[in-house]
Amino acid sequence: MSEGIGARVLRKEDKRFITGKGRYTDDIIEANQAYAAFVRSPHAHARIVSLDTSAALAMEGVETVLTGPELVADGIGNIICGWGITSKDGTPMNMGAWSALATEKVRYVGDAVAIVVADSKSQAQLAAEAVVVTYEELPVVVGSVEALAPNAPKIHDNAPGNVIFDWEIGDLAPTDAALASAAHVTEMEITNNRLAPNPMEPRSAIATFNEAEDHYTLYTTSQNPHVARLVLSAFYNVAPEHKLRVIAPDVGGGFGSKIYIYPEEIACLWASMKSGRSVKWTSDRTEAFLTDAQGRDHVTTAKIGFDNEGKIVGLKVNTKANLGAYMSLFSSAVPTYLYATLLSGQYDIANIYCDVQAVYTNTVPVDAYRGAGRPEACYVVERIMETAAREMGMDPAELRAKNFVRSFPHQTPVIMAYDSGDFDANLKQAQAAADVSGFAARKAEAASRGKLRGMGYSNYIEACGIAPSAAVGSLGAGVGLWESAEVRVNPVGTIEILTGSHSHGQGHETTFAQIVAERFDLPTENIQIVHGDTDKVQFGMGTYGSRSGAVGMSAIVKAMDKVEAKVKKIAAHVLEAGEDDIVIEGGAVKVAGTDKQMLWHEVGLAAYTAHNIPEGMEPGLKESAFYDPTNFTFPAGCYICEVEVDPETGVTEVVQFVASDDFGTIINPMIVEGQVHGGIAQGIGQAMLENVVYDAAGQQLSASYMDYAMPRADDLPNYSVHHASTTCPGNPLGMKGCGEAGAIGSPPAVINAITDAIGNNNLSMPATPSAVWAALQDVSQKLAAE
Amino acid sequence: MYETNFHKVATAQEAAALLNTSEDGKILAGGQTLIPTMKQRLANPTDVIDLSGAADLSGITIAGDQITIGAMTPHAEVAGHAGLAALCPSICKLAANIGDPAVRHRGTIGGSLANNDPAADYPAAALALNARIHTTSREIAADDFFEGMFTTALEEDEIITAVSFTAPAKGGYGKFPNPASRYAMAGVFVAKSAEGSVRVAVTGASEDGVYRHDALEAALSTDWSASAVDGVEISSDGLLSDLHGNAEYRANLIKVMAKRALG
Repeated sequence: MSEGIGARVLRKEDKRFITGKGRYTDDIIEANQAYAAFVRSPHAHARIVSLDTSAALAMEGVETVLTGPELVADGIGNIICGWGITSKDGTPMNMGAWSALATEKVRYVGDAVAIVVADSKSQAQLAAEAVVVTYEELPVVVGSVEALAPNAPKIHDNAPGNVIFDWEIGDLAPTDAALASAAHVTEMEITNNRLAPNPMEPRSAIATFNEAEDHYTLYTTSQNPHVARLVLSAFYNVAPEHKLRVIAPDVGGGFGSKIYIYPEEIACLWASMKSGRSVKWTSDRTEAFLTDAQGRDHVTTAKIGFDNEGKIVGLKVNTKANLGAYMSLFSSAVPTYLYATLLSGQYDIANIYCDVQAVYTNTVPVDAYRGAGRPEACYVVERIMETAAREMGMDPAELRAKNFVRSFPHQTPVIMAYDSGDFDANLKQAQAAADVSGFAARKAEAASRGKLRGMGYSNYIEACGIAPSAAVGSLGAGVGLWESAEVRVNPVGTIEILTGSHSHGQGHETTFAQIVAERFDLPTENIQIVHGDTDKVQFGMGTYGSRSGAVGMSAIVKAMDKVEAKVKKIAAHVLEAGEDDIVIEGGAVKVAGTDKQMLWHEVGLAAYTAHNIPEGMEPGLKESAFYDPTNFTFPAGCYICEVEVDPETGVTEVVQFVASDDFGTIINPMIVEGQVHGGIAQGIGQAMLENVVYDAAGQQLSASYMDYAMPRADDLPNYSVHHASTTCPGNPLGMKGCGEAGAIGSPPAVINAITDAIGNNNLSMPATPSAVWAALQDVSQKLAAE
Repeated sequence: MYETNFHKVATAQEAAALLNTSEDGKILAGGQTLIPTMKQRLANPTDVIDLSGAADLSGITIAGDQITIGAMTPHAEVAGHAGLAALCPSICKLAANIGDPAVRHRGTIGGSLANNDPAADYPAAALALNARIHTTSREIAADDFFEGMFTTALEEDEIITAVSFTAPAKGGYGKFPNPASRYAMAGVFVAKSAEGSVRVAVTGASEDGVYRHDALEAALSTDWSASAVDGVEISSDGLLSDLHGNAEYRANLIKVMAKRALG
């Protein structure tokens, strides 16, 4: 029907968002509410010599001022990283202690040392400024390479040399041998710039301890409220799980940064218990730059070898990953199992070796950000493929196609087993849409206007859904990565879907309703999606890693299977027919080939009155399911970017951007296109605009929109988005995931295009006008020297 | 934001009197810098004196080739003023490219000049157009007004009331916006008077704020053309270096923007 799978149903949630009626955490007002402000370190690395709260405590409206030692004394646990990584030598990773409020040392600018609770936000801020902290400044290190230097400042006592782990994947000796025998070797140094996530809604929390009921309620900006509750209970000892309700209401974007449990939520819960007040905190934009987990920040050297025919014989990669001052919740997985496992790209490569040194620095913690490890892998593979093609004088598309994986399943040397794909189809579709054959003429025309035109490819593959729980468990994950769902058919036939996924911009209220509408042939307006409240919804894992389709919707399908079976049993019983003859269509449950039928809502009513249901059947019509995926899913595609560079200023305009994606089954093409548009916008942002910059003292120079360049509409082209899909064999709907692909695939396409235009491959992200201009000056100096 | 005393006044003289009596008063002339700075708790004025009710400070008057723009005239009004566009289109174009529509409907020419942000656009126009800055107590020539980053010749209790200048025979503004803030990384205003004298003012690029570029003035006095600009060696001495571009890049931008200002 028109609202089922494949329909461009308008987003149900947009009415409240567009009319300003969304209900976000900061909109929640509790009786007896007070406001929190945090005292934060102005230094990137310092010892706390003394901390005097007396003046702040005496100020008007101040309820309490609480510090790290009190937090520790109350038994609040350290913040943990939930994915254990084992180093080459078999030792576990070196996780330094992270207290929600620092006790002895501060390790980055913004590290919280005290929480102030007061009647008004203004009083809390004034009192926070009156807390007197004496620091003894320590030497600072901000870059991963510098942090690994022999005499670098030591950030955590239990991480010698600032090394968190030194991990490897693949086989070193065969890879070295393959590279030694290669006819051509391309070697590159590649940096992946650090990004600030910048969701539109900043983080926020309001915590209420109800002493009479010995119960806590936390409203918070979370992508995964159940995981938040679990971690707050099991590791931070804030409250036992059954006495803590976590609600993530409308959430205005996350991009990964709202997966994690931050010091502020912990401190607000604890301060509510200490003060007897509801404690609210909402980050301002500066605090967001100072405390939201940042993304990327890899420094990599890569070497790829080819035989005489242009077939890849080996790839060797070393990456230094900057994880910041503390290990955030999934930080260790990002530069390891979400990164190096994708280094085979779309290519059949027999030998791959990668080792990764993860290091502490005096910077904001780094964790998953839209793409999480896969953008870094894609950038390495697609930059070095384009570079190798240029060095060997080959067409970059031809070199890629020569190495495509074409039979599935395909086991790579780095764990991943690709299940499906048609990389030739994506390449051809993108090339046709991009009119690649007309490029030379466009380049000549641009030159007549004084512009340098270039074209770049990126043939990305990524891994979504996150894998079977047993598999991720064997790789070190502290949690399972299944999803849950409950389908409740009400006595009047309307349906509520309770999902463990969480929507913070993805449009689940629409897309999830569509698969139910498709299955039971009902209008989507009869279907309500419920999510984000641990008191309403069964335990679920939340939304990240483009998993809500492939995993979250698969759980809904499993629950719908059970509902359908029960509906058929009831109808067969009432209509005196065989179960196999029952069909569901047009709002009715019918006996095929007859005029006998029950209306859909009559089946619901029959289930709940239970006056006439099969003997032994339980009343009601509500089923739940937990779905554990059988594999990662592997979205892939081909992106072709064309740019024009103004050689006088270095200003680069993206004049054409073509995407051909393979996302498997697409439920709502409009929402999928929106995800691709947003992802490419973030990818172009990374490639050309965005950059977190620290000075040597560890101060962020880019901590406001005056200096951190977010992509704006006029920085971006009109996208040409296409799909050439293969069905994913791993889940019932055949879905692969689309949430991160744009951000993963686009950066190398942009940089490949710009370097093609300017004739200088030595260009790092972000390719700002000044960086492009400087690269052009190098070209003209070289030409002058020749 | 810290607590402050808010005053809405009807005249510039009333505002000047309040400035004089307040401990640390600040004029609110549009608030496009002051309000964000206060919200970040980087400014803590005891008193904020709002000029938006001073009707006589706003508006554009034209008498022959003499142009007067009231201090409280918002950028959008300058950008869209047909009479002004006929006499001096370059200043309309400049105003049309300040910030975004919200900024242009709140921000004012007087506020911009008094703040003298080293990357603001209007200081370049005022200096190149040899404008006169009218205040509550006197008239100041643009050459004497700008004294370096965020510093002007204004006294503590002196308020800009208007800006006046003679329409140039030729004029233009070339601006290279910072990719993040869209303030000028280099903005070059070129103006040639009816008598033939050339003034070139550069904003956004220097460590000392807006300044006149002698070499460009000399070149364009002889030959009002892009090729004349090409022949000028732009020194990077004293130019800003930051995460958006170094001094060499800004020197290049000055040359390119000067050429583009010629139209």
